[in-house]
This record gives sequence, structure tokens and C-alpha cells, in this order.
Amino acid sequence: MGCARIRDPTDFSRIIVVGEALEPLLLDNGTSYKRDSMEYKDYYKIMGITKDASQNDIKRAYRKLARKYHPDVSKEKDAEERFKELGEAYEVLKDPEKRTAYDQLGANWKAGQQGFQPPPDWDAGFEFHGDSFTGGAGAAGFSDFFESLFGQARGGFQSHSAGAGSFQMRGQDSHAKVFIDLEDAYQGASRGLTLQSTVMGADGHPQLKPRTLNVKIPKGVKAGQNIRLKGQGSPGIGGGQAGDLYLEIEFNPHSIYKVDGADISLELPIAPWEAALGGKIKVPTPSGMIDLKIPPAISSGKKMRLKGRGIPAKQRGDFYVRLMIVLPQNLSEKEKALYQELQHANNQFNPRKNWDWGNSHA
Amino acid sequence: MQTINLTHAKTGIGAIAMHNKMIKSEIGIIVEESDNLSLVKLCRYCSLSAESIITMVERGVIDPIDPSLSYTHWQFSGTSLIRVQTALRLQRDLDVNLAGAVLALELLDEIKQLRQQVAYFQR
Repeated sequence: MGCARIRDPTDFSRIIVVGEALEPLLLDNGTSYKRDSMEYKDYYKIMGITKDASQNDIKRAYRKLARKYHPDVSKEKDAEERFKELGEAYEVLKDPEKRTAYDQLGANWKAGQQGFQPPPDWDAGFEFHGDSFTGGAGAAGFSDFFESLFGQARGGFQSHSAGAGSFQMRGQDSHAKVFIDLEDAYQGASRGLTLQSTVMGADGHPQLKPRTLNVKIPKGVKAGQNIRLKGQGSPGIGGGQAGDLYLEIEFNPHSIYKVDGADISLELPIAPWEAALGGKIKVPTPSGMIDLKIPPAISSGKKMRLKGRGIPAKQRGDFYVRLMIVLPQNLSEKEKALYQELQHANNQFNPRKNWDWGNSHA
Repeated sequence: MQTINLTHAKTGIGAIAMHNKMIKSEIGIIVEESDNLSLVKLCRYCSLSAESIITMVERGVIDPIDPSLSYTHWQFSGTSLIRVQTALRLQRDLDVNLAGAVLALELLDEIKQLRQQVAYFQR
């Protein structure tokens, strides 16, 4: 087998991430995960096409949207969910048999109806070929809506394993994005993940089985890096090794810190007298408050470096503090008088002395 | 039928925790900062043949740390592993060939860099 192994296109979206406090963390609208009340899915709407779209239109719409929402390409937060929905919609609409069946069902569907139930014999007269499920390289992870209509999708490899007694295959790798706070990168973090993997049921059919995993994210991780969890992907087939789980780390945007690789920077507002006289200022860092000693007569925009106070990565980052002098607004008469006194105390001071024309026009 | 109810993820996990006393805790490894990978290991991690990895090197998806060595001595960084996997996903999901995937990877790298710069300079 010289070519790339085809993997389940949905393996991106089978992971539900819940937060440290076991609160939902990486949840989008969650439409296809709301498994308690099944919702009717408008596959045409998902693909942005009309009901009379030709098979070619469908293919074109799929390609366009797949590029737009591919989790490796897209920056949209709900890209994984959208990509998965799209895959499901395409799985049905690209197949004229399934599409016809789905269209018939749609005619009986009333908008606003809660809790979708397909009519008992809705698929009478249709026979879905098992083969068509493998077209999408195993459609495991589709919504309940899909499953109630077209049955549980077969895993991509199962059909090959029949008959071949010694067939072995490593399980698929799973991927997900996990958002953590910058502070977590300093201390390490724990995240509860709920994963769904396809396992063989007692009846010989693949089933989706949820499992919960507590993942320790090591400290020192930088945004865009990946965490590997060995053997936590999909189980192997025929005694093959399980796949691995990869978590791509992103930071939640922070209100005061800026991140550049392992370096962190902060803009520190200071009063004019703090800049003039120097002193100690309490400064927040992701690892806690520190006392920053400011030298006297420091100008606005000057940067101070706190070595090794960035993200504790293999190559430890630094923490930069950029000083920004902030002036009080609406000066009182007394303040104004004092500033004037300052002005007279040093009338030699020319902040623009380095400019050529500043000297001649001063 | 499997039921996963996100709104009740809290109780769901709680229940599992009660059953097993404790949820199994798995420690992740930062791929980009872990030890270098040999060709054999990279093949195993990606479920690819050595020929496929060599093709990926020839087409510029990844570079061995020292390309002057013969391929049996090649070593790859963790970043290479992630790149190969992304290239595979792009090929599979977007129906592009390897050259297209490489182009996409390079553009994605550039976009990522630019986005970081924009985020950094934006107040």
C-alpha cells in the first residue's frame, strides 16, 4: 500500500471538548450534537443551494464550501462543525438515490416542528447500497438525523475486513483544536474531552462509542503547537494499534497581554511623575504579580525586558513591558500651575533636539 | 443509540467519574518540542510507507534536519509530523494533489505569520 491512507473525513469533528471546570469550552452551536431532540436537517440550506440544483451544482458547492470550512484552512471558530455538517449533507445529496428519498421526506416536514421523527416506512421503495456509504471513506460521526434515515454509516474499512481473517489496520488519528488561556500555558492545564470513536458492536456493526478522557496539557505550550496523546485516537481494526489523538492548542485572546511565540508583552500605563521619578510599580504577569522597578527619567514607549518571564517553553520566552505615559485629563488650576513651574524650571529641554530642523526653528 | 448531550456534559462526566472512581488522566506531549523522529518512526506515526514520505520530502512538504544524509539516517522535527498530516488531510478532503497541498501549506504558513503580526500590532 504505497499511497496515503485514506482517513475518515469526519475525524476532525468527533471530539467534544469540555472545559476544565467541566463546563462546555469549545462548543459552537452544537446542532448536530444535540442528540436528545433530533432536528430535521436542511441539507440544501447547509450547502447553500436550491432544491433544483443539478448534481454538478452540488459537487461545485461542496468543493467551494469544503475549501472554505476545512479546519486546516479556515479561521472560523465553528469550522469543524460546519465542515462536518457539509460532509453529511454532501453524503446524501451527491447520491441520487438518497437525495430522492430525502426530498420526499422534506415534503412532509413542517417547519417549526420540534423533535423530528421520520415516518415509520418513509424509505419504503428505496434500497440503499451499502457501498455508497464507503464513498465518503466511512461516515462515522454523522448526526442522529442522518442515522435515523440512512442507518449507521459503515466504517470505511469494515467492508474490506470481511473474509480477510488476518486483516489488521492501525486506528485512525483524531484531531481537535483546544482553546486554553495564556495562564494555562504557564501552569499547565487539565481538560476533559469527550471523544466518539467507532467500535464494533456485538451485532458486528460499527457503533459510535463515547468516552471521556482527562487530558493534561503540559506547561510551556505555545499557540499553534500540537499535543499528541498516544493511542487515544480510534481503536485499531483486527487487533491493530489504536490511532493517536492530536490537539492543536490555541490561546483565548487576552485583554492585556500580547503573545509572540513564547514572548509575552504588556503595555503598562504610567503617570508622568512615575516616569520622571522612577519607582516600583505592581505589574501583572501570567504567572502572578511582580514589582517592576522603573528607572527615573524613562520615556514613553521604552521597553523593558524581564528575562525568562515569558512562556516556560523549551526555549523560555521573555516578558516585555512597554511603558506608556498617560496624562491626567482636565487639569486643575493647581496642576496647571505646577506644570508651568516645571516648564520654567528647565527651559533648556528640547525633546526634538535630534531633528535637524528642530534646532533651527526652535 | 448513542446519546451525547452537551448541555449535560457536566453530569455525564460526573457519572463516568463516579463509575470509574477517577477519569483516566492522559499526559500530552508537545509534538513540536519532542525528540526528532527517524524515517521509520515518522512512517509509523503517519501510517505511511517510506516511499510516500520520501515523495513528500522530494516535493518539499517536509525537510529532513540534515538532508545530506542518506534517507536511512534522516531525522525529522515534530513540525514535520504535523505538516505531513495536514498535507494528507488537504489531499483527502479537498481533492487536491500533493503539489496543491504543498502550495496550500506554504500559503497557510504565510497567512499564519501575517495574522500573528496583525494581532501583535493591533492595539
